[in-house]
Amino acid sequence: MKAILTLDNLASGLVTTIWTPVFVAIFLAIIAYAFWPRNKAAFDEAAHLPLREE
Amino acid sequence: MSQPSISKTMTTGESGLAVVFAVTAFLCVIAAAKAVDTPFAFHAALSAVASLAAVFCIVNRYFDRPTALPPAEINGRPNYNMGPIKFSSVMAMFWGIAGFLVGLIIASQLAWPALNFDLPWTSFGRLRPLHTSAVIFAFGGNVLIATSFYVVQKSCRVRLAGDLAPWFVVVGYNFFILVAGTGYLLGVTQSKEYAEPEWYADLWLTIVWVTYLLVFLATIIKRKEPHIFVANWFYLAFIVTIAVLHLGNNPALPVSAFGSKSYVAWGGIQDAMFQWWYGHNAVGFFLTAGFLAIMYYFIPKRAERPIYSYRLSIIHFWALIFLYIWAGPHHLHYTALPDWTQTLGMTFSIMLWMPSWGGMINGLMTLSGAWDKLRTDPVLRMLVVSVAFYGMSTFEGPMMSIKVVNSLSHYTDWTIGHVHSGALGWVGFVSFGALYCLVPWAWNRKELYSLKLVNWHFWIATLGIVLYISAMWVSGILQGLMWRAYTSLGFLEYSFIESVEAMHPFYIIRAAGGGLFLIGALIMAYNLWMTVRVGEQEVQMPVALQPAE
Repeated sequence: MKAILTLDNLASGLVTTIWTPVFVAIFLAIIAYAFWPRNKAAFDEAAHLPLREE
Repeated sequence: MSQPSISKTMTTGESGLAVVFAVTAFLCVIAAAKAVDTPFAFHAALSAVASLAAVFCIVNRYFDRPTALPPAEINGRPNYNMGPIKFSSVMAMFWGIAGFLVGLIIASQLAWPALNFDLPWTSFGRLRPLHTSAVIFAFGGNVLIATSFYVVQKSCRVRLAGDLAPWFVVVGYNFFILVAGTGYLLGVTQSKEYAEPEWYADLWLTIVWVTYLLVFLATIIKRKEPHIFVANWFYLAFIVTIAVLHLGNNPALPVSAFGSKSYVAWGGIQDAMFQWWYGHNAVGFFLTAGFLAIMYYFIPKRAERPIYSYRLSIIHFWALIFLYIWAGPHHLHYTALPDWTQTLGMTFSIMLWMPSWGGMINGLMTLSGAWDKLRTDPVLRMLVVSVAFYGMSTFEGPMMSIKVVNSLSHYTDWTIGHVHSGALGWVGFVSFGALYCLVPWAWNRKELYSLKLVNWHFWIATLGIVLYISAMWVSGILQGLMWRAYTSLGFLEYSFIESVEAMHPFYIIRAAGGGLFLIGALIMAYNLWMTVRVGEQEVQMPVALQPAE
């Protein structure tokens, strides 16, 4: 009989699968950061950065 | 008694590096004497000579320099370090022409096989990696090192970190290229595409690359500008990922410590998967992320317009980073690689279309309000057309990664055409545009020697690219269709040699396209040479008259 649901399988399954939601969450956080209204002014200024140097 | 403040002493870096190179020279002589094969003896001897030359240069530089090292600031302004940038720019132009020339030779060999000359050193199998490494790693790599050292200083408003370290990076990297390139000609290869250099060259590159990372990071850490500009993010991703890819793909066991041959740590499909994880991310992080950094700095600078959307640049960056790393399996469709892995690679390749086009739109739209400059400024036109080619080849790539399309395109010239629309159109043109900007800036020249010559370069090279990629489209699809054509009785309709014969005219057109691209680069080299030789100096305010800030 093959034991499908051992603790080992569960642990390794979790470790290999957990990255998908973790990466998705990080990416969503980055999008929120990019579109956060309070960051707009800083980003608009950063867009001018190459033009501002001496 | 001399006062300690004015007595001249070697820095720890100078004395330490001189000793290390002296010891290295000694070890290399021993290695050359004990070598079990001729190429290894040649490379060991070459390394011994290079190490002695390094000792000489370090000591000579010490005697020539003033007591104090160059200051980080002069009158409150950053004292930018341009020396290593100039060196890398010159090497980029040199390797570019060498690489394009070898490309033209092997393109001609495919049309006229007699040009192999029946010599081992000039055979297609040895010249082909010489061409790919020369254009990608030697030309592209030097452009990336030169521009990254420039952009990180300017956008952080601080002098490049390190005294000898930046020189170690640029000279050490070019020595790696020399060892790799001469190795190919002598038949030294570990037979991994785009990772052909053998174990000792790989070890050397690791040392150089880690130093590169440290110089870049240290410069960012001591920055005066609080915000880390997006181009630096792209450069950093490029440097870090290339380090990871290089270490991941190259573990190998040498047959002898004094021989050039080694065997990779893993075999079979694991090796293939590792190789294309490496290979495709070399495209993603060397040929894409690094050159996108150039786009995000040089296009706003040249167009004198801000980045169209800085928010988009952030999302562009992270989407590219998250997706690219998974796309490698599309190089192994219909092989022993598990089917689900192939589908995964295909899916991520298709998703990559979005960040790629987001980046392209961001680059192109940066010209809003400055489109008229395309008429008058051929350098800007080159930069913008490169972004258009980026958009074209990043549409073509995901399309070719779809398994049904790949069943037609794989192993045919279509792949070669796709690679070159990216390499000549995107990487080549963005590099040319960047060098046309960088050379006057680094050498403190008011402007280029001739914009007319840039215009000639632009049109000749564009014509060359169009000939190249359209010839490869036709020949690739023709090849694919001939290979899969069956007769009514179920036999293959064409023998392989018949498909080779059918390629002949397209190979001639392709070689002509490559020839035009090379002519354009020669015009560029002349133009840059004249810019440095006779270009008018940028008038700078005398230091004493500078207003206080």
